[in-house]
Amino acid sequence: MVDFAGWSMPVQYASIVAEHQATRRQMSLFDVSHMGRLCFEGDGAAAFLDRLLTRRVSDLGPGEVRYSLLTNEQGGILDDVLIYHLQPDAGRDFFLLVVNAGNREKVVAWIRQRLPAPGAVRLHDGTLETAMIAVQGPQALAAVQPGVPLELDRLRYYSARTWEAEHGGWIVSRTGYTGEDGVELIVPATAAEACWETVLAAGQPRGAVPAGLGARDTLRLEAGMPLYGHELSEQINPYQAGLKFAVDLEGRDFPGRDALARLSDQPPPVRRVGLELSGKRVPREHYPILAGDAVIGEITSGTFSPTFDRPLAMGYLPSRHARVGEPLAIDVRGQLAPARVVRLPFYTRHPSRKDAPP
Amino acid sequence: MNPQELLYSKTHEWLHLAEEGGAKVATIGLSAFAIEQLTDLVYLQLPAVGAQVAAGAPLGEVESVKAVSDLYSPVSGEVLAVNARLASDLETLSKDPYGEGWIAKVRVTDETGLGALLKHEQYERQCAEEH
Repeated sequence: MVDFAGWSMPVQYASIVAEHQATRRQMSLFDVSHMGRLCFEGDGAAAFLDRLLTRRVSDLGPGEVRYSLLTNEQGGILDDVLIYHLQPDAGRDFFLLVVNAGNREKVVAWIRQRLPAPGAVRLHDGTLETAMIAVQGPQALAAVQPGVPLELDRLRYYSARTWEAEHGGWIVSRTGYTGEDGVELIVPATAAEACWETVLAAGQPRGAVPAGLGARDTLRLEAGMPLYGHELSEQINPYQAGLKFAVDLEGRDFPGRDALARLSDQPPPVRRVGLELSGKRVPREHYPILAGDAVIGEITSGTFSPTFDRPLAMGYLPSRHARVGEPLAIDVRGQLAPARVVRLPFYTRHPSRKDAPP
Repeated sequence: MNPQELLYSKTHEWLHLAEEGGAKVATIGLSAFAIEQLTDLVYLQLPAVGAQVAAGAPLGEVESVKAVSDLYSPVSGEVLAVNARLASDLETLSKDPYGEGWIAKVRVTDETGLGALLKHEQYERQCAEEH
């Protein structure tokens, strides 16, 4: 167990590689209750969120989920988030913002400063009274299906439903952080243990295992997904991070909008890249990246990829070096490992692209 | 080798001492407890044959998906041999840590440091506390 943003979490239940492979081939369950869950209610909620996030919220239909960013006035990334538009069977629509655990307090404070006069928008931090379970892998939907009152097959990618059940409101979304198909469940904390046990039991004949932070990291890295505190920070803007798709400037007003409009006009000085290494040694955070004798960047995340059986990493490089095929070297504790820039993501589950070189 | 008859360092290396041609030779490996804790081994950096090593100083590195750890020499001396097979076959390290999974043989040139090593039951107690 390790401390992760104040949460005690398992790095692994048995083996990172076994949990990783089970997720790619069968399925796994992750307790991701550490993720922050902020609810916005009220007539002004959509308009308020429109003035907060880098992508529009008011055009999200009921049941739609969108990846977005929060940026500061300079365009630096405060957090990367998912915003849900949820429509309960009874009662008013609300919005759910899922934020990184390590950023939750910062983000709540940032938002509270900007809340309009009381009434139009109500913010409620529901993190501690709910739990979140990610069920990921090709068998995930089948294992969750018996416990939910909707056909998961028909729930589109990046959409969500909510319903009233034991102990309160439940939410299921077709989302995840592994590069596999799957869902994430948000349930009342008092129902969490039973929900976990039920899905695990339903999944066990299908090869389900519980998976920890270690596998979550190797899976998201293979899928080329950035992680806040590693690839993303307030010193990095969305264009550098390769997240241009998550910024909508047209007719918008949100913190950092004008700075981002200026930045969008010019090529970013540095870019996030994928790196593939020779040998078996694992490139880890902060290891220097070299072109010839010159240090030109550093690793932000690295691992030994269980899927490709080789070391993979992400890092930032000056744009002129951030080209696919660029030959480089990584300083792995004093020894240089040959490396080259490769396209992100390393892994994609679509069969048509599975054969592409990582 | 019988793990009960070996000596252990606090950093989880095991050591077996034998007389060979009038010299004291230490065979060194990594304990089953350490290997289980590391899990998902991907790489082992062995010392060079002929290298001088000092008790408590790095002898090599063992790398898992999770982390990289130094391997420390429990004795001072000269590296006589390394188990080169492990470079391409880390399975052996996990399957037979006290036999085929030995890591290096060192000719002991200075016996200070040996006294600080733990007997099997002392080492077991340390592992139980760490667990």
